[in-house]
Amino acid sequence: MMQALDRKLLRDFGRLWKQALAIAMVLACGVTTLLGGLGTYNSLSDTRDTYYERNRFADVFTTVKRAPDRLAAELAELDGVWAVETRTTGYAVLDVPGSSVSVTGQIISLPDDGAPRLNVPIINSGRLPHPDATGGVMVNTNFAEANALRIGDHFFANLNGQKRRLTITGTAQSPEFIYTIGPGALLPNNATFGILWMPQAAVNAAFDMTGAFNDVTLKLAASAQEADVIDSVDRLLDPYGSLGAVGREFQISDAFISSEITQQRVMASILPPIFFGISAFLVSMVMGRIIALERSQIGLLKAVGYSDLEICLHYLLLAALIAVGGILIGWAGGTWLARDMARQYAQYFDFPFLIFSTSGWAYGASAIAALLTTTLGAANAAVRAARLAPAIAMQPPAPPNFKRSLIDRAMAAMRLSQPTVMILRSLLRWPLRSGLTLLGIALAVSTIVSPSFFQPSLDKIIDSAFYESNRQDGMLVMSHDMPLSVTEAAVDLPAVLSSEGQQFHPVVLRNGIHEKRTSIQANPPGTDLSRVIDSTGAQVDVPPGGVVLTDGLAAHLDVGPGDTVEATFLGDRKETHALMVTDTIAQYFGIGAYMDLDDVNALLRQSPRISTINVSLNDADIDALHAELKDIPNLTSVVMMTDARRSFSETIEQNIGIINTIYITIGLLITIGVTYNGARIQLSERSRELASLRILGFTRSEVSYILIGETMLLAVLAQPLGWYIGMVIATGMFTSFSSDLYNLPLVVSPAVFAKASLIVLIASFASVMVVRRRLDKQDLVSVMKVRE
Amino acid sequence: MPEIVFRTEGITKVYQTGEVKVFALAGVDLSLYAGEMAVLLGPSGSGKSTLLNILGGLDRATTGRVWFRGKELTDLPDRGLTRYRRDHVGFVFQFYNLVPSLTARENVQLVTDVSHDPMPAEEALAMVDLADRLDHFPSEMSGGEQQRVAIARAIAKRPEILLCDEPTGALDSKTGIQVLQVLEEINRRFGTTTVIITHNADIQRMAHRVIQFQDGKISSVHTNDTRMSAEELVW
Repeated sequence: MMQALDRKLLRDFGRLWKQALAIAMVLACGVTTLLGGLGTYNSLSDTRDTYYERNRFADVFTTVKRAPDRLAAELAELDGVWAVETRTTGYAVLDVPGSSVSVTGQIISLPDDGAPRLNVPIINSGRLPHPDATGGVMVNTNFAEANALRIGDHFFANLNGQKRRLTITGTAQSPEFIYTIGPGALLPNNATFGILWMPQAAVNAAFDMTGAFNDVTLKLAASAQEADVIDSVDRLLDPYGSLGAVGREFQISDAFISSEITQQRVMASILPPIFFGISAFLVSMVMGRIIALERSQIGLLKAVGYSDLEICLHYLLLAALIAVGGILIGWAGGTWLARDMARQYAQYFDFPFLIFSTSGWAYGASAIAALLTTTLGAANAAVRAARLAPAIAMQPPAPPNFKRSLIDRAMAAMRLSQPTVMILRSLLRWPLRSGLTLLGIALAVSTIVSPSFFQPSLDKIIDSAFYESNRQDGMLVMSHDMPLSVTEAAVDLPAVLSSEGQQFHPVVLRNGIHEKRTSIQANPPGTDLSRVIDSTGAQVDVPPGGVVLTDGLAAHLDVGPGDTVEATFLGDRKETHALMVTDTIAQYFGIGAYMDLDDVNALLRQSPRISTINVSLNDADIDALHAELKDIPNLTSVVMMTDARRSFSETIEQNIGIINTIYITIGLLITIGVTYNGARIQLSERSRELASLRILGFTRSEVSYILIGETMLLAVLAQPLGWYIGMVIATGMFTSFSSDLYNLPLVVSPAVFAKASLIVLIASFASVMVVRRRLDKQDLVSVMKVRE
Repeated sequence: MPEIVFRTEGITKVYQTGEVKVFALAGVDLSLYAGEMAVLLGPSGSGKSTLLNILGGLDRATTGRVWFRGKELTDLPDRGLTRYRRDHVGFVFQFYNLVPSLTARENVQLVTDVSHDPMPAEEALAMVDLADRLDHFPSEMSGGEQQRVAIARAIAKRPEILLCDEPTGALDSKTGIQVLQVLEEINRRFGTTTVIITHNADIQRMAHRVIQFQDGKISSVHTNDTRMSAEELVW
């Protein structure tokens, strides 16, 4: 049978449900973010690791210009290499029936004897093309679905200048292409970029690679040192135009997934402690008040023989009930969050399966964290309750100990009204409580502020990347370097208004022990479409012999303007040149380096050439352009920047909208949790005082002023601190999100602060007004009669 | 000579309330006997409640010694005092001290849950004539009823001693007398040593002994040769 003390517990909880709910919601945010973050982190990393292992995702990758097949055996002999796969890969512009835009395909050769040994594709439907067939192709499933292609359907590919008809024999997924992003694209687009697996013989014939390969993937033995293997692979392949072997961190798909997984871990470690901290404070505030109110009941329990431990446990259990509420709501929220995140990831990441590891320990860990939080919050009050001497507990408490201080003299000098003095004195009398309330409200502000920085920052990125630097409407990427004259020829294409050539060179930049693999973008001076812009928005022309670095790259190499870096050009001519850093610029996508086009050509002793053509377009004739591009030889891919810009902006808008809504909700929950509980406690502590004022002739609004004033004063004072914490959190988040792929600048916009403050102040005011209604309803006589 | 239940030797008590020091007891020597009903009389602040708290194990003397049936309370640790209260003492307070979120029955169960050989809560409430108010909350009962619940709660554990601090202080005379009748009945039926604090001098007439307090000391002890029943009291 339930004990009477347990009934008291449940009834007290029932009576306090609004305050308990306000706390439970904040606690639930902690549980949700912990569970959601851990769940997403675990399921993403477990899924990735399992997928990689099952399908033997390679450890080391490299591309070469052309290496003879016999080197495959030598590669396999290298120390630490467990398996080798040599392939021929290339890009081709595709002509997909029903698609009016230019589509790019990445072609990967399949070994003669069937399925690859490494990076094994999972065949979703159909089969691999027959090794001897020249027109069979297996495509990635997402590409087939986005273009409504089925087995047996065909499309055309412009292979090294020859237009070939290809028939789909199957669809597949691959651990190499979990994140499938086309060359030059900002986001995956399955409709315009696909993976094509074709028999080796056919690919080699098309790319003129018979008896040779241009792509190597290696799986290492468990004991192997990756750096050593990379060194020996490079030594072997350098004479064949190697671009240098790299580990998984340079494999695009893996880089994106790993960065996402890191972000999840960061989120799971930043947010939950904030929520748990606020919950602990709220619990301690509310429990402290409950114990003050139940003083005489505690005395009675002791008088009738309940032990200190039983009383301590009684109040800890009350806090535990709040935790249980928070845990249940948080579990529901966390499960939803993890599912929703997984669904969002399914949009960007192509996993054949998703391992949900949210079960078991993540639920347990979040529950334990929540229980510990409330227990810690309640511990002080519960121990105080247990320590109350029964005889003292039954007497009314001594009046709180107010003392005269300098501040009182200042208040007297300012001739403040008595209600104002009451507000200030109460804030100063309990500085810890006032300070923590202020901190709680500040954290609510910072919760809204920190993700709000995404919008101005991304606006800045988009503005800088799309409207200042890359103003071209389209990029035509060539299969290999072409003479400068093709730039002029491009103007003759339909819809093309102007064209500019550009060259990209893979390099390794070095300064002493610092080195970075990147690519140098070489532009002619004074370009209009693709420009190098410094932080003031002025166009930078790179002088001969000089190189301009992005800030991130310069920092990584530890160089500044005037310093020299060593640049090793990879590929055909493996040459190292010393370049002077003439400027560093802020840039948000990639870690680029810039040189003058003529200077690069002179440095490498080659005739003027380019590898990419930037074009500005007349929208009216775009369809005609796409039709023509499908037949142009040596064209590897086409990037429509207008589409990229639009889809990037749309995706960002949508994601930011969701994120901000979630964080504003969380900020509101914290605000309500802190201010509602604060005002309730104040009302309970001061009900006699406030009723006395009413009896003395103060009006309702004059009395409410004391109640509202204290909370709102703290709320207003909390704003600057909230802005500051918000900026610190945002800086932390942005730094952790930044990678070689992109970095986010922190753009401080007053509107961000104003919005957050407005939301929090309105929510604080509304919470206090709800409590004020109780004050209005107070029966003066009965309040005065109640024995403390 | 009946058995001595309580004996105190030179107990003093100094309270520190805020910044004020109060000498609540200034050397009290007293013996209380099994089965007796003692009334402690005296003005406010004369030390009656303080003595009662020390006898009940709610508080400790600053100096001096206290024995309960030969066992020294002064030496007991907190745990021992809790045990002592749980097993031997029933309390009745002026303001009833019921737990507002528990019904009459549950308030009594609060005690029976932790006692060795309690009577059922219903039986205890029947003894104070509240058999029909078992499931009422304190807010639904009159002051007299609430005090009777408090008495039921005190006697449900079948205590050897019943300590009552101004049990009628918050009640009108009619309900006050009803409450005293209950106390009288319990003292008679169970032989429970009963100590009643009051500053209502009329109540002394129902006691075996009357102990008068003044300024933290016993000023006089007087034995009633003839006791009045509670029913006969008027004030």
